[in-house]
Amino acid sequence: MPAKQLLGVAGILGFLVTWELIPRLGLIDARYLPPASEVIAALIVDFGLTAFWVSVGETMKAWFLGLVIAVALAVLLGFIIGSSSFLRKATNSTVEFLRPIPSVALIPLAVLLFGVKIESSLMLITYAAFWQVLIQVLYGVADVDMVANNTAKTYGLGRMARVRYVVFPTALPYLMTGVRLAATVALVLAITAELVIGSPGLGREIALAQSGGAISGMYALVLATGLIGVLINILMRFIEKKTLSWHSSVRSEVIV
Amino acid sequence: MRSLKTLGYILGLPVLLVLVWWASTLGKPNFFVPTPGSLVETFGEVWFGERFFTDVLPSLGRLVVGVVAAIVIGVVGGVLIGSIKWLRALLEPTLEFFRAVPPPVLVPVLMLLMGITDTMKVVVIISGCVWPVLLNTIEGVRAVDPVLSDSTHTYGIDGWARVRYLVLPSASPQILAGVRQSLSLGLILMVISEMFASSSGLGFTIVQFQRSFAIPEMWSGIVVLGLLGVGMSFIFQWAERNILRWYHGQKEVENAA
Repeated sequence: MPAKQLLGVAGILGFLVTWELIPRLGLIDARYLPPASEVIAALIVDFGLTAFWVSVGETMKAWFLGLVIAVALAVLLGFIIGSSSFLRKATNSTVEFLRPIPSVALIPLAVLLFGVKIESSLMLITYAAFWQVLIQVLYGVADVDMVANNTAKTYGLGRMARVRYVVFPTALPYLMTGVRLAATVALVLAITAELVIGSPGLGREIALAQSGGAISGMYALVLATGLIGVLINILMRFIEKKTLSWHSSVRSEVIV
Repeated sequence: MRSLKTLGYILGLPVLLVLVWWASTLGKPNFFVPTPGSLVETFGEVWFGERFFTDVLPSLGRLVVGVVAAIVIGVVGGVLIGSIKWLRALLEPTLEFFRAVPPPVLVPVLMLLMGITDTMKVVVIISGCVWPVLLNTIEGVRAVDPVLSDSTHTYGIDGWARVRYLVLPSASPQILAGVRQSLSLGLILMVISEMFASSSGLGFTIVQFQRSFAIPEMWSGIVVLGLLGVGMSFIFQWAERNILRWYHGQKEVENAA
């Protein structure tokens, strides 16, 4: 193993040892911060429980559905708005106004409309993820090379063909960036909805464990959400690499 | 004439949307959706009174303190970690994990460690907002132009002067990209910490309205949060334009070439 990875592993071990020592030495009461070994043991116990995997499944379901809806809507609207300069100018102010609205502001509305069902989570996730993707798609569509576009026109490519062979490949790297950002945001919002609203999933389990005094269990679940986050990051980077294998930003990585 | 056209583009769609909203509430009143008139009325009543001082200002104060602290910690830590190679290799995987933890789960954890206090809410905001700034700063510091870096070394510019005149400016586009993410995260965490564990503040008040089915009041709260988000994004864009004026200029020249 190269020295860099070794140092990284040492860093993780160092962090775990520090965590183990803080409650053991009594710097923080072990009732509030159990030592790392206990939390990891609790996490391993969780791995054997069906209830744990059901919660993970609920969270991932909300994450996936929300993300898919948001990406589909954003791609559709992004290509329509982006390809017309009139629509771009006319929607700009509205987009800039709606985008920074924090999706948590919609929590009360979601509760009112859907209660503690998955639809509440979906509403928050979709709202938050949608803007991330839409903005990137708009940038991407605006980035189309005019020479390439005019060349395609000269060769008699129709509107749909140009969208497919000129606009789409140009916008794809932007789109993938948007999807990657949206995937992270979607997880944050999925957990938030479960934590605050109480729709089923890991977030609710964390809130329950905390109020029920199952402290090691709560920390184990927090660790689990972190692991899910890391896995999502890895997955997204992988997908990005696969779909953009032809693009110079990825190709140059391979050569160097 | 031109400015009139621009104004039309800016206001056209919003005005149209409000008209649609107004028209759709005109016929039969909908329990869930107030009319534009009643919303504006409630907005004034609810938020421009005592509540402005008891709920809005404390929330904003915590947000500002948290975000500023997160930015300072993130930039200082990022410059440090980014310039020392072995430190970066040592910490990077651990930091990647911390960044991947969805920040809202910190609310119950910190509630447990610190109790329900103002400090805990500020710490929630800091510990959620610090990661984008920190990791972006590390990236930015790492990507400093090697030629510039060698030149400053040759000229004997070291220590603080090097950080001030080379590292911080060349990392600033990245740092600001991180700050932008932090700002929206900070707002989210402020609201969540108050919804989850509080007896005052914006988040608490809005949930209270929703629980007591005070629908126009709840909508007015949503509007307040929206305005906050929009306001923060405007302030950020203004600050970014000023700080990165040289950068945007440079990009323009490069793109034109």
